[in-house]
Amino acid sequence: MKFFFGLCLSLFATAVAAQDLAPDALVKKISDEVIDIVKQDKDIQAGHQKKINDLVDAKVLPHFNFSRMTALAVGRNWPKATPEQQKALTSEFRTLLVRTYSSALTTYKNQVIEFKPLRDAAGDTDVMVRTQVKQPGTEPVGIDYSMEKTPGGWKVYDVVVGGVSLVTNYRETFNAQVRDGGVDGLIKSLVSKNRSLETTQASSKSK
Amino acid sequence: MMIILRRFLGLSLLTALVGLGGCATTGGNPRDPLEGYNRAMFGINDGLDKVIFKPVASGYKAVIPEFARTGVTNFFANLGDLWIGINNVLQGKVGAGAGDFGRFAMNSTIGILGLFDVASNAGLDKHNEDFGQTLGRWGVGSGAYVVLPLLGPSSVRDGFSQLFVDWHFDPLWYIGNVATRNEVITFRFIERRASLLDIGNLAEEAALDHYAYIRDAFLQRRRSQVYDGDPPPEADPDKASESGEIKDNSAAAQTRLPPAQILTQRGERVITAADEVLTPAREFALAPAEPVAARPEAGDVITAAYEPGVSVNSGSLPAVSDDARTGLAETSLRP
Repeated sequence: MKFFFGLCLSLFATAVAAQDLAPDALVKKISDEVIDIVKQDKDIQAGHQKKINDLVDAKVLPHFNFSRMTALAVGRNWPKATPEQQKALTSEFRTLLVRTYSSALTTYKNQVIEFKPLRDAAGDTDVMVRTQVKQPGTEPVGIDYSMEKTPGGWKVYDVVVGGVSLVTNYRETFNAQVRDGGVDGLIKSLVSKNRSLETTQASSKSK
Repeated sequence: MMIILRRFLGLSLLTALVGLGGCATTGGNPRDPLEGYNRAMFGINDGLDKVIFKPVASGYKAVIPEFARTGVTNFFANLGDLWIGINNVLQGKVGAGAGDFGRFAMNSTIGILGLFDVASNAGLDKHNEDFGQTLGRWGVGSGAYVVLPLLGPSSVRDGFSQLFVDWHFDPLWYIGNVATRNEVITFRFIERRASLLDIGNLAEEAALDHYAYIRDAFLQRRRSQVYDGDPPPEADPDKASESGEIKDNSAAAQTRLPPAQILTQRGERVITAADEVLTPAREFALAPAEPVAARPEAGDVITAAYEPGVSVNSGSLPAVSDDARTGLAETSLRP
Protein backbone atom coordinates (compact mmCIF):
# COMPACT_ATOMS: atom_id res chain seq x y z
CA MET A 1 0.00 0.00 0.00
CA LYS A 2 2.74 2.34 0.98
CA PHE A 3 4.62 1.41 -2.14
CA PHE A 4 1.59 2.07 -4.28
CA PHE A 5 1.11 5.46 -2.66
CA GLY A 6 4.73 6.32 -3.32
CA LEU A 7 4.39 5.25 -6.94
CA CYS A 8 1.35 7.47 -7.39
CA LEU A 9 3.20 10.33 -5.82
CA SER A 10 6.19 9.99 -8.09
CA LEU A 11 4.00 9.68 -11.19
CA PHE A 12 2.18 12.78 -10.10
CA ALA A 13 5.47 14.58 -9.57
CA THR A 14 6.64 13.87 -13.11
CA ALA A 15 3.24 14.82 -14.47
CA VAL A 16 3.52 18.28 -12.98
CA ALA A 17 5.61 19.79 -15.71
CA ALA A 18 8.18 22.46 -14.99
CA GLN A 19 6.05 25.18 -16.58
CA ASP A 20 3.34 24.78 -13.97
CA LEU A 21 5.62 25.46 -11.02
CA ALA A 22 5.91 28.77 -9.28
CA PRO A 23 9.41 30.26 -9.69
CA ASP A 24 10.54 29.63 -6.13
CA ALA A 25 9.13 26.12 -6.17
CA LEU A 26 10.99 25.49 -9.41
CA VAL A 27 14.33 26.68 -8.01
CA LYS A 28 13.79 24.57 -4.91
CA LYS A 29 12.94 21.50 -6.95
CA ILE A 30 16.02 21.85 -9.14
CA SER A 31 18.35 22.56 -6.20
CA ASP A 32 17.00 19.57 -4.26
CA GLU A 33 17.39 17.25 -7.22
CA VAL A 34 20.89 18.42 -8.05
CA ILE A 35 22.06 18.31 -4.42
CA ASP A 36 20.67 14.80 -3.98
CA ILE A 37 22.64 13.62 -6.98
CA VAL A 38 25.84 15.42 -5.93
CA LYS A 39 25.60 13.98 -2.42
CA GLN A 40 25.37 10.44 -3.73
CA ASP A 41 27.88 10.63 -6.53
CA LYS A 42 31.49 10.34 -5.41
CA ASP A 43 32.73 10.96 -8.95
CA ILE A 44 31.06 14.35 -9.07
CA GLN A 45 32.47 15.27 -5.68
CA ALA A 46 35.90 14.35 -6.98
CA GLY A 47 35.42 16.64 -9.97
CA HIS A 48 34.60 14.18 -12.76
CA GLN A 49 34.00 16.73 -15.52
CA LYS A 50 31.94 14.60 -17.87
CA LYS A 51 29.49 13.58 -15.16
CA ILE A 52 29.16 17.14 -13.92
CA ASN A 53 28.43 18.35 -17.43
CA ASP A 54 25.79 15.69 -17.96
CA LEU A 55 24.07 16.58 -14.72
CA VAL A 56 24.09 20.30 -15.46
CA ASP A 57 22.90 19.74 -19.05
CA ALA A 58 20.01 17.57 -17.95
CA LYS A 59 18.83 19.33 -14.81
CA VAL A 60 19.94 22.93 -14.78
CA LEU A 61 20.44 24.39 -18.26
CA PRO A 62 16.88 23.87 -19.55
CA HIS A 63 15.78 26.42 -16.98
CA PHE A 64 18.13 29.18 -18.11
CA ASN A 65 17.52 31.78 -20.77
CA PHE A 66 20.97 32.31 -22.22
CA SER A 67 20.08 34.82 -24.90
CA ARG A 68 18.57 37.14 -22.29
CA MET A 69 21.65 36.61 -20.10
CA THR A 70 23.97 37.47 -22.94
CA ALA A 71 21.94 40.54 -23.86
CA LEU A 72 22.20 41.72 -20.24
CA ALA A 73 25.93 41.13 -20.10
CA VAL A 74 26.62 42.84 -23.42
CA GLY A 75 24.36 45.74 -22.46
CA ARG A 76 24.12 48.72 -24.73
CA ASN A 77 26.08 47.10 -27.55
CA TRP A 78 23.61 44.24 -27.87
CA PRO A 79 21.20 45.98 -30.26
CA LYS A 80 24.17 46.98 -32.41
CA ALA A 81 25.13 43.35 -33.02
CA THR A 82 23.69 41.55 -36.03
CA PRO A 83 21.47 38.50 -35.37
CA GLU A 84 24.38 36.22 -36.35
CA GLN A 85 26.70 38.03 -33.97
CA GLN A 86 24.10 37.78 -31.22
CA LYS A 87 23.84 34.07 -31.84
CA ALA A 88 27.60 33.61 -31.69
CA LEU A 89 27.86 35.72 -28.53
CA THR A 90 25.12 33.73 -26.83
CA SER A 91 26.64 30.39 -27.69
CA GLU A 92 30.16 31.38 -26.58
CA PHE A 93 28.98 33.08 -23.39
CA ARG A 94 26.89 30.05 -22.54
CA THR A 95 29.87 27.77 -23.00
CA LEU A 96 32.02 30.01 -20.79
CA LEU A 97 29.47 30.25 -17.97
CA VAL A 98 28.65 26.57 -17.97
CA ARG A 99 32.27 25.48 -18.12
CA THR A 100 33.46 27.67 -15.28
CA TYR A 101 30.55 27.60 -12.89
CA SER A 102 29.46 23.99 -13.13
CA SER A 103 32.70 22.96 -11.41
CA ALA A 104 31.47 24.90 -8.37
CA LEU A 105 29.11 21.96 -7.75
CA THR A 106 32.01 19.95 -6.43
CA THR A 107 32.46 22.36 -3.52
CA TYR A 108 29.05 21.49 -2.07
CA LYS A 109 29.43 20.41 1.56
CA ASN A 110 26.14 20.03 3.39
CA GLN A 111 25.25 23.70 3.25
CA VAL A 112 21.60 24.41 3.91
CA ILE A 113 19.61 26.42 1.38
CA GLU A 114 16.85 28.56 2.81
CA PHE A 115 14.24 30.23 0.63
CA LYS A 116 12.99 33.68 1.45
CA PRO A 117 9.35 34.42 0.73
CA LEU A 118 8.67 35.85 -2.72
CA ARG A 119 7.98 39.53 -2.56
CA ASP A 120 6.27 39.84 -5.84
CA ALA A 121 2.62 40.13 -6.69
CA ALA A 122 0.71 37.23 -8.18
CA GLY A 123 0.58 38.47 -11.77
CA ASP A 124 4.26 39.35 -12.10
CA THR A 125 6.19 37.90 -15.01
CA ASP A 126 9.60 38.92 -13.68
CA VAL A 127 10.60 37.95 -10.16
CA MET A 128 13.65 37.51 -7.97
CA VAL A 129 13.82 34.25 -6.04
CA ARG A 130 15.98 34.90 -3.01
CA THR A 131 17.81 32.15 -1.16
CA GLN A 132 20.42 31.99 1.55
CA VAL A 133 23.08 29.35 1.77
CA LYS A 134 23.99 28.71 5.38
CA GLN A 135 27.07 27.11 6.82
CA PRO A 136 28.23 27.39 10.42
CA GLY A 137 31.26 29.61 10.97
CA THR A 138 30.66 31.97 8.05
CA GLU A 139 27.94 34.43 7.35
CA PRO A 140 25.13 33.16 5.11
CA VAL A 141 25.65 33.85 1.44
CA GLY A 142 22.70 35.08 -0.57
CA ILE A 143 22.06 33.48 -3.93
CA ASP A 144 19.31 35.23 -5.85
CA TYR A 145 17.80 34.14 -9.14
CA SER A 146 16.22 36.68 -11.47
CA MET A 147 13.53 34.84 -13.39
CA GLU A 148 11.07 35.65 -16.12
CA LYS A 149 7.92 33.87 -17.16
CA THR A 150 8.02 32.36 -20.64
CA PRO A 151 5.63 30.04 -22.45
CA GLY A 152 8.00 27.21 -21.51
CA GLY A 153 7.89 27.99 -17.79
CA TRP A 154 9.98 30.25 -15.61
CA LYS A 155 13.54 30.82 -16.81
CA VAL A 156 16.53 32.16 -14.92
CA TYR A 157 18.28 35.09 -16.60
CA ASP A 158 20.62 36.21 -13.84
CA VAL A 159 22.20 34.69 -10.76
CA VAL A 160 23.43 37.00 -8.01
CA VAL A 161 25.87 35.43 -5.54
CA GLY A 162 26.68 37.42 -2.43
CA GLY A 163 25.54 40.58 -4.19
CA VAL A 164 27.61 39.89 -7.31
CA SER A 165 25.69 39.35 -10.52
CA LEU A 166 27.39 36.66 -12.56
CA VAL A 167 25.99 38.30 -15.67
CA THR A 168 26.41 42.03 -15.27
CA ASN A 169 29.85 41.49 -13.78
CA TYR A 170 30.96 40.91 -17.37
CA ARG A 171 29.54 44.13 -18.67
CA GLU A 172 32.53 46.43 -18.11
CA THR A 173 34.86 43.91 -19.71
CA PHE A 174 32.51 43.33 -22.64
CA ASN A 175 32.09 47.06 -23.18
CA ALA A 176 35.85 47.50 -23.22
CA GLN A 177 36.26 44.64 -25.70
CA VAL A 178 33.63 46.07 -28.03
CA ARG A 179 35.22 49.50 -27.75
CA ASP A 180 38.60 48.09 -28.73
CA GLY A 181 37.68 45.51 -31.33
CA GLY A 182 34.00 45.81 -32.12
CA VAL A 183 31.46 43.06 -31.54
CA ASP A 184 33.61 40.68 -33.57
CA GLY A 185 36.53 41.42 -31.27
CA LEU A 186 34.41 40.39 -28.29
CA ILE A 187 33.32 37.20 -30.03
CA LYS A 188 36.92 36.43 -30.86
CA SER A 189 38.10 36.82 -27.26
CA LEU A 190 35.25 34.65 -25.99
CA VAL A 191 36.14 31.95 -28.51
CA SER A 192 39.81 31.97 -27.59
CA LYS A 193 38.97 32.02 -23.86
CA ASN A 194 36.78 28.96 -24.30
CA ARG A 195 39.41 27.23 -26.34
CA SER A 196 42.10 27.80 -23.72
CA LEU A 197 39.77 26.53 -20.98
CA GLU A 198 39.08 23.45 -23.05
CA THR A 199 42.76 22.63 -23.35
CA THR A 200 43.52 23.20 -19.66
CA GLN A 201 40.56 21.09 -18.58
CA ALA A 202 41.53 18.37 -21.03
CA SER A 203 45.11 18.33 -19.81
CA SER A 204 44.09 18.26 -16.14
CA LYS A 205 41.83 15.30 -16.90
CA SER A 206 44.59 13.30 -18.55
CA LYS A 207 46.81 13.71 -15.50
CA MET B 1 55.44 46.09 13.35
CA MET B 2 51.83 47.14 13.28
CA ILE B 3 52.75 50.74 12.94
CA ILE B 4 55.36 50.10 10.30
CA LEU B 5 53.06 47.87 8.27
CA ARG B 6 50.23 50.31 8.57
CA ARG B 7 52.45 53.21 7.58
CA PHE B 8 53.69 51.24 4.63
CA LEU B 9 50.20 50.36 3.46
CA GLY B 10 48.84 53.81 4.19
CA LEU B 11 51.73 55.34 2.30
CA SER B 12 51.17 53.16 -0.73
CA LEU B 13 47.51 54.10 -0.62
CA LEU B 14 48.45 57.75 -0.63
CA THR B 15 51.08 57.28 -3.31
CA ALA B 16 48.53 55.59 -5.44
CA LEU B 17 46.08 58.41 -4.97
CA VAL B 18 48.35 61.39 -5.27
CA GLY B 19 51.28 60.34 -7.35
CA LEU B 20 49.64 58.21 -9.93
CA GLY B 21 46.19 59.65 -9.82
CA GLY B 22 46.92 62.18 -12.48
CA CYS B 23 48.46 59.98 -15.08
CA ALA B 24 46.92 56.64 -14.50
CA THR B 25 44.43 55.89 -17.19
CA THR B 26 42.81 56.86 -20.36
CA GLY B 27 39.36 55.92 -21.39
CA GLY B 28 38.55 53.33 -18.74
CA ASN B 29 36.17 52.85 -15.90
CA PRO B 30 35.12 56.00 -14.04
CA ARG B 31 35.16 54.09 -10.77
CA ASP B 32 38.75 53.03 -11.37
CA PRO B 33 40.79 56.15 -12.09
CA LEU B 34 43.92 54.47 -10.68
CA GLU B 35 43.73 51.58 -13.08
CA GLY B 36 47.39 51.78 -14.08
CA TYR B 37 48.69 51.48 -10.53
CA ASN B 38 45.95 49.03 -9.60
CA ARG B 39 46.74 46.63 -12.41
CA ALA B 40 50.42 46.65 -11.47
CA MET B 41 49.66 45.98 -7.79
CA PHE B 42 47.12 43.32 -8.72
CA GLY B 43 49.83 41.60 -10.74
CA ILE B 44 52.26 41.74 -7.81
CA ASN B 45 49.69 40.37 -5.36
CA ASP B 46 48.76 37.64 -7.79
CA GLY B 47 52.39 36.70 -8.26
CA LEU B 48 53.00 36.58 -4.50
CA ASP B 49 49.90 34.45 -4.10
CA LYS B 50 51.01 31.95 -6.71
CA VAL B 51 54.54 31.67 -5.37
CA ILE B 52 53.98 31.91 -1.60
CA PHE B 53 50.49 32.11 -0.15
CA LYS B 54 48.66 29.58 -2.25
CA PRO B 55 51.30 26.84 -1.86
CA VAL B 56 51.54 27.46 1.89
CA ALA B 57 47.77 27.45 2.24
CA SER B 58 47.55 24.24 0.20
CA GLY B 59 50.14 22.65 2.44
CA TYR B 60 48.24 23.73 5.53
CA LYS B 61 45.07 22.26 4.10
CA ALA B 62 46.78 19.00 3.18
CA VAL B 63 48.42 18.52 6.57
CA ILE B 64 45.75 19.65 9.02
CA PRO B 65 42.54 17.59 9.17
CA GLU B 66 39.30 19.32 8.31
CA PHE B 67 37.75 19.39 11.80
CA ALA B 68 40.86 21.11 13.16
CA ARG B 69 40.82 23.67 10.35
CA THR B 70 37.16 24.36 11.05
CA GLY B 71 38.07 24.94 14.68
CA VAL B 72 40.74 27.43 13.69
CA THR B 73 38.37 29.22 11.32
CA ASN B 74 35.75 29.40 14.06
CA PHE B 75 38.27 30.64 16.61
CA PHE B 76 39.32 33.64 14.50
CA ALA B 77 35.75 34.26 13.37
CA ASN B 78 34.63 34.38 16.99
CA LEU B 79 37.20 37.05 17.85
CA GLY B 80 35.87 39.09 14.95
CA ASP B 81 32.27 38.98 16.16
CA LEU B 82 32.78 41.68 18.79
CA TRP B 83 33.91 44.29 16.28
CA ILE B 84 31.17 43.16 13.91
CA GLY B 85 28.65 43.71 16.70
CA ILE B 86 30.01 47.18 17.46
CA ASN B 87 29.70 48.11 13.78
CA ASN B 88 26.15 46.84 13.68
CA VAL B 89 25.33 49.08 16.64
CA LEU B 90 27.12 52.00 14.99
CA GLN B 91 24.92 51.45 11.97
CA GLY B 92 21.83 51.61 14.15
CA LYS B 93 21.14 47.90 13.89
CA VAL B 94 21.00 47.22 17.61
CA GLY B 95 19.22 43.90 17.22
CA ALA B 96 21.83 42.51 14.86
CA GLY B 97 24.59 43.85 17.16
CA ALA B 98 23.02 42.14 20.16
CA GLY B 99 23.01 38.95 18.09
CA ASP B 100 26.74 39.31 17.46
CA PHE B 101 27.51 39.85 21.15
CA GLY B 102 25.28 36.87 21.92
CA ARG B 103 27.27 34.81 19.42
CA PHE B 104 30.53 35.85 21.07
CA ALA B 105 29.26 35.03 24.56
CA MET B 106 27.84 31.69 23.51
CA ASN B 107 30.72 30.53 21.32
CA SER B 108 33.38 31.66 23.81
CA THR B 109 31.81 29.59 26.57
CA ILE B 110 29.75 26.67 25.33
CA GLY B 111 31.72 26.72 22.09
CA ILE B 112 35.02 26.38 24.03
CA LEU B 113 36.85 29.62 23.26
CA GLY B 114 35.17 29.85 19.90
CA LEU B 115 36.39 26.55 18.50
CA PHE B 116 32.81 25.49 17.84
CA ASP B 117 30.22 27.73 16.27
CA VAL B 118 27.29 26.62 18.38
CA ALA B 119 25.55 29.98 17.97
CA SER B 120 24.96 29.43 14.24
CA ASN B 121 23.26 26.15 15.00
CA ALA B 122 21.18 27.91 17.63
CA GLY B 123 19.91 30.31 14.99
CA LEU B 124 22.23 33.28 15.58
CA ASP B 125 23.64 33.89 12.12
CA LYS B 126 27.07 35.35 11.65
CA HIS B 127 27.20 38.79 10.06
CA ASN B 128 29.78 40.56 7.98
CA GLU B 129 30.43 44.15 9.06
CA ASP B 130 33.41 46.47 9.18
CA PHE B 131 34.01 50.17 9.52
CA GLY B 132 33.96 50.75 5.77
CA GLN B 133 30.42 49.42 5.68
CA THR B 134 29.49 51.59 8.65
CA LEU B 135 30.70 54.66 6.76
CA GLY B 136 28.85 53.48 3.67
CA ARG B 137 25.70 53.02 5.66
CA TRP B 138 25.85 56.67 6.67
CA GLY B 139 26.28 57.82 3.11
CA VAL B 140 30.04 57.91 2.56
CA GLY B 141 30.71 56.81 -1.00
CA SER B 142 33.39 54.25 -1.67
CA GLY B 143 35.64 56.56 -3.68
CA ALA B 144 38.09 55.19 -6.19
CA TYR B 145 38.89 51.50 -6.38
CA VAL B 146 42.34 50.75 -4.94
CA VAL B 147 44.31 47.52 -4.89
CA LEU B 148 46.32 47.42 -1.66
CA PRO B 149 49.62 45.58 -1.34
CA LEU B 150 48.98 42.10 0.13
CA LEU B 151 45.45 42.99 1.22
CA GLY B 152 44.10 43.15 -2.32
CA PRO B 153 40.94 44.84 -3.62
CA SER B 154 39.75 47.83 -1.64
CA SER B 155 38.61 51.39 -2.11
CA VAL B 156 39.60 54.76 -0.71
CA ARG B 157 36.89 54.51 1.94
CA ASP B 158 37.42 50.86 2.78
CA GLY B 159 41.21 51.04 2.65
CA PHE B 160 41.47 53.88 5.14
CA SER B 161 38.79 52.27 7.31
CA GLN B 162 40.62 48.99 7.40
CA LEU B 163 44.08 50.39 8.08
CA PHE B 164 43.18 53.04 10.59
CA VAL B 165 40.02 51.81 12.29
CA ASP B 166 39.37 48.10 11.86
CA TRP B 167 42.93 47.16 12.77
CA HIS B 168 42.73 49.19 15.96
CA PHE B 169 39.90 46.97 17.10
CA ASP B 170 41.44 43.72 16.00
CA PRO B 171 42.35 41.82 19.17
CA LEU B 172 45.21 39.95 17.52
CA TRP B 173 47.22 43.16 17.18
CA TYR B 174 47.22 43.44 20.97
CA ILE B 175 49.01 40.18 21.68
CA GLY B 176 51.87 41.24 23.97
CA ASN B 177 54.70 39.19 22.54
CA VAL B 178 55.60 40.65 19.16
CA ALA B 179 56.94 37.45 17.66
CA THR B 180 53.85 35.52 18.72
CA ARG B 181 51.60 38.25 17.44
CA ASN B 182 53.20 38.26 14.01
CA GLU B 183 53.00 34.51 13.82
CA VAL B 184 49.34 34.48 14.77
CA ILE B 185 48.46 37.21 12.27
CA THR B 186 50.36 35.45 9.50
CA PHE B 187 48.64 32.23 10.47
CA ARG B 188 45.23 33.86 10.20
CA PHE B 189 46.19 35.22 6.78
CA ILE B 190 47.11 31.73 5.59
CA GLU B 191 44.02 30.23 7.14
CA ARG B 192 41.82 32.71 5.28
CA ARG B 193 43.62 31.91 2.05
CA ALA B 194 43.11 28.20 2.65
CA SER B 195 39.38 28.68 3.04
CA LEU B 196 39.32 30.14 -0.45
CA LEU B 197 41.19 27.28 -2.08
CA ASP B 198 38.02 25.41 -2.97
CA ILE B 199 36.88 28.21 -5.19
CA GLY B 200 40.23 27.71 -6.87
CA ASN B 201 40.87 29.80 -9.90
CA LEU B 202 37.19 30.12 -10.67
CA ALA B 203 37.44 33.85 -11.22
CA GLU B 204 40.49 33.45 -13.40
CA GLU B 205 38.71 30.85 -15.49
CA ALA B 206 35.49 32.80 -15.73
CA ALA B 207 37.08 36.11 -16.63
CA LEU B 208 38.13 37.52 -19.96
CA ASP B 209 40.07 40.10 -17.99
CA HIS B 210 40.98 38.75 -14.55
CA TYR B 211 41.71 42.18 -13.10
CA ALA B 212 38.48 43.78 -14.29
CA TYR B 213 36.44 40.76 -13.24
CA ILE B 214 37.75 40.88 -9.67
CA ARG B 215 37.37 44.66 -9.54
CA ASP B 216 33.77 44.66 -10.71
CA ALA B 217 32.87 41.76 -8.44
CA PHE B 218 34.47 43.53 -5.48
CA LEU B 219 32.58 46.76 -6.15
CA GLN B 220 29.27 44.93 -6.51
CA ARG B 221 29.99 42.89 -3.39
CA ARG B 222 30.82 45.90 -1.23
CA ARG B 223 27.73 47.75 -2.39
CA SER B 224 25.65 44.75 -1.48
CA GLN B 225 27.34 44.45 1.92
CA VAL B 226 26.68 48.07 2.78
CA TYR B 227 22.99 47.37 2.24
CA ASP B 228 23.23 44.00 4.02
CA GLY B 229 22.60 41.98 0.91
CA ASP B 230 19.56 43.95 -0.14
CA PRO B 231 20.79 46.94 -2.15
CA PRO B 232 18.29 49.17 -3.90
CA PRO B 233 18.16 48.24 -7.58
CA GLU B 234 21.07 49.90 -9.28
CA ALA B 235 20.29 52.19 -12.14
CA ASP B 236 20.90 50.32 -15.34
CA PRO B 237 21.65 52.65 -18.23
CA ASP B 238 21.82 49.77 -20.67
CA LYS B 239 18.38 48.56 -19.81
CA ALA B 240 17.03 52.02 -20.40
CA SER B 241 18.68 52.38 -23.78
CA GLU B 242 17.63 48.89 -24.82
CA SER B 243 13.99 49.73 -24.56
CA GLY B 244 14.47 53.33 -25.50
CA GLU B 245 12.75 54.72 -22.48
CA ILE B 246 13.69 55.79 -19.02
CA LYS B 247 12.29 53.54 -16.38
CA ASP B 248 12.91 55.73 -13.39
CA ASN B 249 14.84 58.70 -12.18
CA SER B 250 17.81 56.70 -11.08
CA ALA B 251 18.26 55.33 -14.58
CA ALA B 252 18.39 58.83 -15.91
CA ALA B 253 20.79 59.70 -13.15
CA GLN B 254 23.07 56.85 -14.04
CA THR B 255 23.32 57.92 -17.65
CA ARG B 256 24.66 61.24 -16.48
CA LEU B 257 27.31 59.65 -14.28
CA PRO B 258 30.24 59.30 -16.65
CA PRO B 259 30.70 63.02 -17.43
CA ALA B 260 30.71 63.88 -13.76
CA GLN B 261 33.29 61.29 -12.97
CA ILE B 262 35.66 62.22 -15.73
CA LEU B 263 36.76 64.88 -13.32
CA THR B 264 37.83 62.15 -10.96
CA GLN B 265 39.99 60.63 -13.63
CA ARG B 266 41.76 63.90 -14.08
CA GLY B 267 42.94 63.62 -10.55
CA GLU B 268 45.43 66.47 -10.59
CA ARG B 269 42.75 68.98 -11.44
CA VAL B 270 40.58 67.93 -8.58
CA ILE B 271 43.36 67.82 -6.05
CA THR B 272 44.79 71.26 -6.80
CA ALA B 273 41.33 72.74 -6.65
CA ALA B 274 40.64 71.01 -3.42
CA ASP B 275 40.48 73.97 -1.08
CA GLU B 276 36.99 74.54 -2.23
CA VAL B 277 34.43 71.90 -1.55
CA LEU B 278 33.00 70.62 -4.78
CA THR B 279 29.33 71.34 -4.83
CA PRO B 280 27.15 69.34 -7.15
CA ALA B 281 26.24 72.45 -9.02
CA ARG B 282 29.88 73.17 -9.76
CA GLU B 283 30.56 69.61 -10.65
CA PHE B 284 27.85 69.53 -13.21
CA ALA B 285 28.53 72.96 -14.51
CA LEU B 286 32.07 71.85 -15.29
CA ALA B 287 31.45 68.35 -16.35
CA PRO B 288 29.79 68.31 -19.74
CA ALA B 289 31.63 71.21 -21.30
CA GLU B 290 35.23 70.69 -20.40
CA PRO B 291 36.45 67.16 -20.90
CA VAL B 292 35.17 66.82 -24.43
CA ALA B 293 37.54 69.39 -25.75
CA ALA B 294 40.39 68.61 -23.43
CA ARG B 295 40.32 64.87 -23.71
CA PRO B 296 39.38 63.43 -27.05
CA GLU B 297 39.89 59.94 -25.71
CA ALA B 298 37.10 60.52 -23.26
CA GLY B 299 34.75 61.00 -26.16
CA ASP B 300 33.64 57.42 -26.05
CA VAL B 301 32.38 57.77 -22.53
CA ILE B 302 30.56 60.91 -23.37
CA THR B 303 28.74 59.50 -26.36
CA ALA B 304 27.68 56.64 -24.21
CA ALA B 305 26.17 59.08 -21.79
CA TYR B 306 24.19 60.91 -24.41
CA GLU B 307 22.83 57.84 -26.06
CA PRO B 308 19.90 58.74 -28.30
CA GLY B 309 16.60 58.04 -26.69
CA VAL B 310 17.86 58.77 -23.22
CA SER B 311 16.39 62.00 -22.06
CA VAL B 312 18.25 63.90 -19.42
CA ASN B 313 16.25 64.24 -16.29
CA SER B 314 17.71 67.16 -14.46
CA GLY B 315 15.57 66.62 -11.38
CA SER B 316 17.49 63.51 -10.54
CA LEU B 317 20.95 64.94 -10.87
CA PRO B 318 21.68 65.60 -7.20
CA ALA B 319 20.86 61.98 -6.47
CA VAL B 320 23.45 60.73 -8.89
CA SER B 321 26.43 62.31 -7.76
CA ASP B 322 26.39 61.18 -4.17
CA ASP B 323 28.85 58.45 -4.86
CA ALA B 324 30.90 60.46 -7.27
CA ARG B 325 30.90 63.51 -5.05
CA THR B 326 31.95 61.77 -1.90
CA GLY B 327 34.51 59.93 -3.94
CA LEU B 328 35.85 63.26 -5.11
CA ALA B 329 35.78 64.77 -1.68
CA GLU B 330 37.63 61.82 -0.26
CA THR B 331 40.20 61.75 -2.99
CA SER B 332 40.90 65.41 -2.71
CA LEU B 333 40.65 66.03 1.00
CA ARG B 334 42.41 63.05 2.46
CA PRO B 335 45.97 63.93 1.50
